[in-house]
Amino acid sequence: MSAPTRDKGNTVVLHVAESTAEMPAAAEPYTPPKTVTGEGVRPYPGAPASPREPSLPRRRIANPQSPWSTAYRRLKRNKMAVFGLMFLFAMFLFSFVGPLFSPYTEGRVNVALIHKPPSASHWLGTDDLGRDVLTRLMQAGRISLLVGIVSMVLSVLVGAILGVLAGYYRGLVDHLIMRAADVLMSIPEIPILIVIGAILSDLKISSEYRIYVVMLLIGFLAWPSLARLVRSQILSLRERPFMLAAEALGLRDRRKLRHLLLNAAPTLIVVATLGVARAILSESVLSFLGLGVVPPTPSWGNMLQAANTLIDFQLRPWLWIPPGVAIFLTVIAINLVGDGLRDALDPRTNR
Amino acid sequence: MRQYMTKRILYLIPTLFGASLVIFFIFALAPGDFLDSDLSLTPERAAELRALYGLDRPILERYFIWLGNALKGDFGYSLQYQQPVGALLKEYVWNSFLIASVSLVLTWTIAVAVGVFSAVRQYSWYDSLITLGVFAAMSFPPFFIGLLLIKLFAVDLGWLPIGGMTNTGSQSTGFAYVWEVAEHMILPSTVLTMLSVGSLTRHFRANMIDVIRLDFVRTARAKGLKEKTVVYKHALRNALLPAITLFGLELPGLFSGAIITERIFNWPGVGNMHMEAIAHRDYTVLMGFTLFLTFLTVLGNLLADWLYAVADPRIRYK
Amino acid sequence: MPRTIVEFVNLHTYFDTADGVVKAVNGVSFRIREGETVALVGESGCGKSVTAMSLMGLLENTTGRIVDGEIRFDGKNTVNMSRAELRRIRGKDVSMIFQEPMSSLNPVLTIGEQMAEPMIEHLHMSRKEALAKAVELIRMVGIPRAEAIARSYPHELSGGMLQRIMIAIALCCKPKLLIADEPTTALDVTVQAQILDLLRELKRQLEMAILLITHDLGVVAEMADSVIVMYCGKVIEQAPVLSLFQHPRHPYTQGLLKARPSIGRRTERLYSIPGQVPSPIGLGNSCYFSDRCDRCMDVCLAQQPPLRAVDDRHSVACWLYEEGIRDVRSAARS
Repeated sequence: MSAPTRDKGNTVVLHVAESTAEMPAAAEPYTPPKTVTGEGVRPYPGAPASPREPSLPRRRIANPQSPWSTAYRRLKRNKMAVFGLMFLFAMFLFSFVGPLFSPYTEGRVNVALIHKPPSASHWLGTDDLGRDVLTRLMQAGRISLLVGIVSMVLSVLVGAILGVLAGYYRGLVDHLIMRAADVLMSIPEIPILIVIGAILSDLKISSEYRIYVVMLLIGFLAWPSLARLVRSQILSLRERPFMLAAEALGLRDRRKLRHLLLNAAPTLIVVATLGVARAILSESVLSFLGLGVVPPTPSWGNMLQAANTLIDFQLRPWLWIPPGVAIFLTVIAINLVGDGLRDALDPRTNR
Repeated sequence: MRQYMTKRILYLIPTLFGASLVIFFIFALAPGDFLDSDLSLTPERAAELRALYGLDRPILERYFIWLGNALKGDFGYSLQYQQPVGALLKEYVWNSFLIASVSLVLTWTIAVAVGVFSAVRQYSWYDSLITLGVFAAMSFPPFFIGLLLIKLFAVDLGWLPIGGMTNTGSQSTGFAYVWEVAEHMILPSTVLTMLSVGSLTRHFRANMIDVIRLDFVRTARAKGLKEKTVVYKHALRNALLPAITLFGLELPGLFSGAIITERIFNWPGVGNMHMEAIAHRDYTVLMGFTLFLTFLTVLGNLLADWLYAVADPRIRYK
Repeated sequence: MPRTIVEFVNLHTYFDTADGVVKAVNGVSFRIREGETVALVGESGCGKSVTAMSLMGLLENTTGRIVDGEIRFDGKNTVNMSRAELRRIRGKDVSMIFQEPMSSLNPVLTIGEQMAEPMIEHLHMSRKEALAKAVELIRMVGIPRAEAIARSYPHELSGGMLQRIMIAIALCCKPKLLIADEPTTALDVTVQAQILDLLRELKRQLEMAILLITHDLGVVAEMADSVIVMYCGKVIEQAPVLSLFQHPRHPYTQGLLKARPSIGRRTERLYSIPGQVPSPIGLGNSCYFSDRCDRCMDVCLAQQPPLRAVDDRHSVACWLYEEGIRDVRSAARS
């Protein structure tokens, strides 16, 4: 949900000629200024024989700071964001590299080991087919994270392109795109996802292809709000003086778009980051309901289905609590990072 | 103002039409229908029923029939429950409304209080703690928190009932009934509140932080007003402005039924009904209900726009 | 000699930033007398606004703190005052107007409401009385249709009108001192003249002192009785206005005056003081202006010059005017 932007009443202030000299010294030979009384400079007793050239200010000129490097420094200072990043990195390692260390990766059905509680050989116990829960958790992590990222990339691409087109070209294009976005946004998301998920089940698409379809689905349904956001950014950016300057210089469309995109990038980055979190949650809901990623492909969402049986729910919490916790922690970490990015990229905070 | 609202109302119409198209076609094009899920029917009988219900007519025709009926208020007939969809909705929607409204009040109260507190004490460790808490609330998968709470409070501790709206087979009336419902309501409302309080708190906090930095707050301080006045009368009033629109957008949520939460707690609301309809391919119910929700969403948007104009004098006089 | 209303005694206000401590106000001392208009002049960032904020006690919500010195307002030291005490004198005995009138008022409250607030708070008027007085005040600052204006919202008025309203609000409790922080910088030149006229007139009527913060020497010439020039948080020159303009002593002041284009004179290029204002962090123990000064001496690089009177009421902080220096210089030469 986006609240209407508030006009903060900033006026463009044109300063009448400031009498104080803030212009840096010109790169020309220095000539001693005449004093106020019009006389030349008379060396005072003890003054150096020839007038000294004013040296460069004694302090170091601060390193030229691009907005990106400033943002990077500020991000580094945000402890929670850094923590989030480290956790995410750890989670990636866990999911993608972890299985390499596990002796249970084939996921063979082992009837003798069904439903064993956590022990030394199976740190998180085994599930209803005798598979090691920890390994499945790691493998599921791969899927869930992958779905999250790919969906986000998809929605950002579609949303950003459409948003830029709408905001930059206005007119009919804008109208069409925004109407389409409106329609899609008015329709409640979860019912549609569920229904399409059900349709997919009926069409009996194989478990592997399901993943891709799920990615497409989640990604595609998220583009309207992104497009809206990008469009409103573009709309406000194109009125800014620097765009007017670009126009006055006679720059081509492509270069102007580049300017716009670079300025819209910070918001986009933040939204994209948080979008991964949303996508992961969406996938988990779908899979939990049996309509997203289906077994045998593991995903954190469908591992949680174990909670649906009363016995598993009550007596075997090791089946469903770990995936839930995994989702929870990953999403928190993403949120922390996204929030940190927002603070770092936003020039308003003054600390 | 009138111009502003008229324009907005006019936009409603194409949006609703477009949405109805999308909704209808998604459901109609879905393979299979209600009759497929009833395995006891012979093919001939199924074909007969199809003709009876008009399910064998060309799609476009069905769309217009459906739309025409909908505009007259007739959302069709549920094949599963053997009731008109409208009546079905009415039966269940108020249960959903109950927990949704309680959750709404709680969410907003907590969000405003915590958001303002957190903003006024930005950078303190209160703020960090609250931020962490808020993120935790926002990051729970919706069903997970419900399951955890059930496990903790209902199963392990046994303090609260596991699910449903009343105790099974209960015949209580009057005050005892109210008490029973209230008891059953605690966990689902809590879950709903927890799920939405996070982002709203962040929103208020961010708004408040922005507003506190603005020039006019400095002027208010320079006038020697009490800090309380500065924060509540000047800063908060401005910070709440955009939130007013959010309030309008809560409208659809009140009636849409939290699908996941209701399922987990077995709460007899429209969300549950929704899931059942999906499972049984009762597309009439699905179409009608989704259209209803879309209508509410659009209405909610309209309400939000209107509220904003009412609250912010700058918009009013444009 | 009219009595002193405010005296700043060796004020030091520092800000803690991520890059270090910024000594925004670094040993500032001056006084303002009853009925006097004192202009505080300097470039952006030299500490003039912070000085005023220190007096008003408006540093609470920033990372700034007063680390040393006193501010004697009406006999009492405001640095030691509790927040409640400070709040009581703010808006009542000393009030402030700011640079951007367009954003200085709350957009969702009416003008009248915002003007009535300080009167209700400090003078304990009833709402009705305060609103009536507000209408009177609006008239006093020269705005017609005062009742209608009192009922309208800030976004409906122009910058000039808003600044008049701000002045009216600032004066509603008849303060002894009005601080005007760049009141005309954001306004057109013609409006600027009107506002300055208004300030002058009101000052005469209410017999109050004005601390005028500005970087515009033209405004100074028009309004000020005495001038204080600041650079990098320090007072480098202080004089009655005429004396400053006729006999500027400090090289910086001379540079400032030289840099102003004047109507009768045509030059090939306008003069500007070479170099740039140094970064406020990590300033050493030398004269802050030394790297831009054309008459810099060795001693300037080694120590900071103290503020010394060279004349009746005219003081400068510059080694060029230190008596003992001549000896040092001749010693160095020989």
